[in-house]
Amino acid sequence: MMQSAPLALTGARVICPATGHDAIATILLKDRKVAGIGHAEPPSDATVIDARGLVVAPGIIDAGVFKADTAAANAGGITRMVLMPDQSPPLDEPALVAYAQGSGKPDVWVHPLAAATRGLNGAELAEIGLAKAAGAVGVATGRHAIADARVMHRLLAYAHGHGLTVVSHAEDPALTAGAVATAGEYATRLGLAAAPAFAESLAISRDCRLAEATGAALHIRQVTTAEGLAVLAAARARGVDVTAGITPAHLFLNDMAVSGFRSFARLSPPLRDERDRLAAIEGIRAGLITIISSGHDPQSQEDKRQPFADARAGMAGAETLLALGLGLVRDGVIDLPRLVAMLSLNPARRFGLIAGTLQLGAPADLVVFDEAAPWRIDGRKFHGAGNTPFDGVPTAGIVRMTIKGGDVVWRV
Amino acid sequence: MARTPSHPALADGAHPFPHEHLLGIAHLKPWEIAFLLDEAEQWVEMNRARTAKRDDRLAGLTQINAFFENSTRTLLSFEIAGKRLGADVVNLGVSGSSLKKGETLLDTALTLNAMHPDMIVIRHGSSGAVQLISEKVDCPVLNAGDGRHEHPTQALLDALTIRRRKGRIAGLRVAICGDILHSRVARSNFQLLASLGAEVRAVAPSTLLPDGLDGYAVQSFTDMDAGLAGADVVMMLRLQTERMEGAYVPSPREYFRFYGLTEARLAKAAPDVLVMHPGPMNRGVEIDGAIADDIARSAVTEQVEMGVAVRMACLDVLTRKRRGVEGWA
Repeated sequence: MMQSAPLALTGARVICPATGHDAIATILLKDRKVAGIGHAEPPSDATVIDARGLVVAPGIIDAGVFKADTAAANAGGITRMVLMPDQSPPLDEPALVAYAQGSGKPDVWVHPLAAATRGLNGAELAEIGLAKAAGAVGVATGRHAIADARVMHRLLAYAHGHGLTVVSHAEDPALTAGAVATAGEYATRLGLAAAPAFAESLAISRDCRLAEATGAALHIRQVTTAEGLAVLAAARARGVDVTAGITPAHLFLNDMAVSGFRSFARLSPPLRDERDRLAAIEGIRAGLITIISSGHDPQSQEDKRQPFADARAGMAGAETLLALGLGLVRDGVIDLPRLVAMLSLNPARRFGLIAGTLQLGAPADLVVFDEAAPWRIDGRKFHGAGNTPFDGVPTAGIVRMTIKGGDVVWRV
Repeated sequence: MARTPSHPALADGAHPFPHEHLLGIAHLKPWEIAFLLDEAEQWVEMNRARTAKRDDRLAGLTQINAFFENSTRTLLSFEIAGKRLGADVVNLGVSGSSLKKGETLLDTALTLNAMHPDMIVIRHGSSGAVQLISEKVDCPVLNAGDGRHEHPTQALLDALTIRRRKGRIAGLRVAICGDILHSRVARSNFQLLASLGAEVRAVAPSTLLPDGLDGYAVQSFTDMDAGLAGADVVMMLRLQTERMEGAYVPSPREYFRFYGLTEARLAKAAPDVLVMHPGPMNRGVEIDGAIADDIARSAVTEQVEMGVAVRMACLDVLTRKRRGVEGWA
């Protein structure tokens, strides 16, 4: 299918970490691809959009969402989502993977992660080779770690043979069984069942060692503690092929957010103490954490308006990912091109996607945003469930346009 | 007896108890706690009378006791407290609850609210559940225990018991012993006793001590003899059977050997030590039966008695606004 007319965005700061481009330029999109970046006059048949004062970057690739929420994604500048296998039913069948892959088109492309084990039961390997053939870009253990070290060992070995990255959840399952908070004063005061923060580093140690033994590619979707980061740094120094991600919640909130039993702050892994939060920020600065994702996991009112321990874990994050990520730039932790890389190029590379770049001929997936425009996060205005732990928080950075394959799918 | 701590706010004619609900001790100022204890004293006297025990100040008001978790003594105590003040008391037990039929907790709360109760007493197995309900109803809510979080009337009745026996709370050394980790009674008592100036100790095996107790200004002990040394009050907590079969401690007999309250161990405490237990007791597991029965030292039955008085005071105080009591409306 051809586009009716080429599209030119003029006067914007165009950032492409893959090519190192970061300058005011005109970007031309044609036939669903990037057709040029520079200062040439747009062709006469092009639709021209004045984008002065805005930033143009590769469309956000949200690595590890639980719901392929098209409307929320487009509003958040997300053009591709890497979907967790925790669907109903879990993505443990090639046909389910193929269906999931088509579920967001045309507005958002969904790249499914296949379930590592059948029904995500943590015991028997799923057909991950067939899943790859059906479109899976990796395999994931799901919301929980695989408890059995032998199963995890075989999974990593097998996935490596198929060239698939394994996405793991880093919490020791036995230590965290029944827990809804990180052990500490706040959990004790609230009387919440809690697990020690080191449940994370235990899991990371094991999985890194198994990845080292098998040569597998391992991505830990969320690393949220100082100890976990230290273990990760040591593994990377040994040459283990391990990468780490995080969501804005663990960068900007600590376990105090749980006070008053705010079930919107019930997350998995749970929010950590301030020391760990600061360590996570340092992990970003030091380049240990290379992917920021939304962890988009919207929950219904029925599932959230419960006593804290009975509420479902998870937050709606797609629409706030960019603005909260920009907080790292405002705070001087990283510069804007680094943030753009963490939101697009890095996940694209980790999961082998031909995306996350604006080089000539790349898919015309773009986010156009005003990096300084202020707004207040209001869950009621979200396109879908509004369970954000950042409800009411002032922030800055508004997505003005989301362009998917050359089509404008969001514009404000 | 002028027991209420003097506070400048009260001298200015400020409200002695400005709270709509009683959700926990954490929300209360020391003088507000003392105010409730002072209020309870009058009911102790009335409850002891052999004539009609009746005050009709809550006549015509409806009190719902919604207990989503099993309870015998607390439910009975709240029921008697309401009836002695003339309220119409209705009990909703676990078996009668629609929660078993899949109704959400908030729907149950809205249903109760639509019947226009004047006070709701709630016990629930989840921490924070009572606060959640309080946000959705139009009448005062009393927390009768939520998960491991708080059990404020238990802490108040414990304080009243101690204050009547010892004449004070400030400066006393209080050792709370047993399953601290799972105990809402311990959490409420830590805050109340520390707030009123007691020196509070937590005594338990490490597996039953939660993290972050320093934040309560509570000292932790895993050696019971050391923890009891010089204690003016020893408060024993119940240890549930399923937690003694290898999950947190290896066996009841090993627990009793190291953490049971025996004569020998009690000798480490102050000579006039007061022994307390929120009940129901596991005799021979956490407490030697003979100690529990020694009325000179044990306040176990007195705690039950004070429970009714304290709950009467709470029901009275929390409904003053809607009853239009002068100075409260």
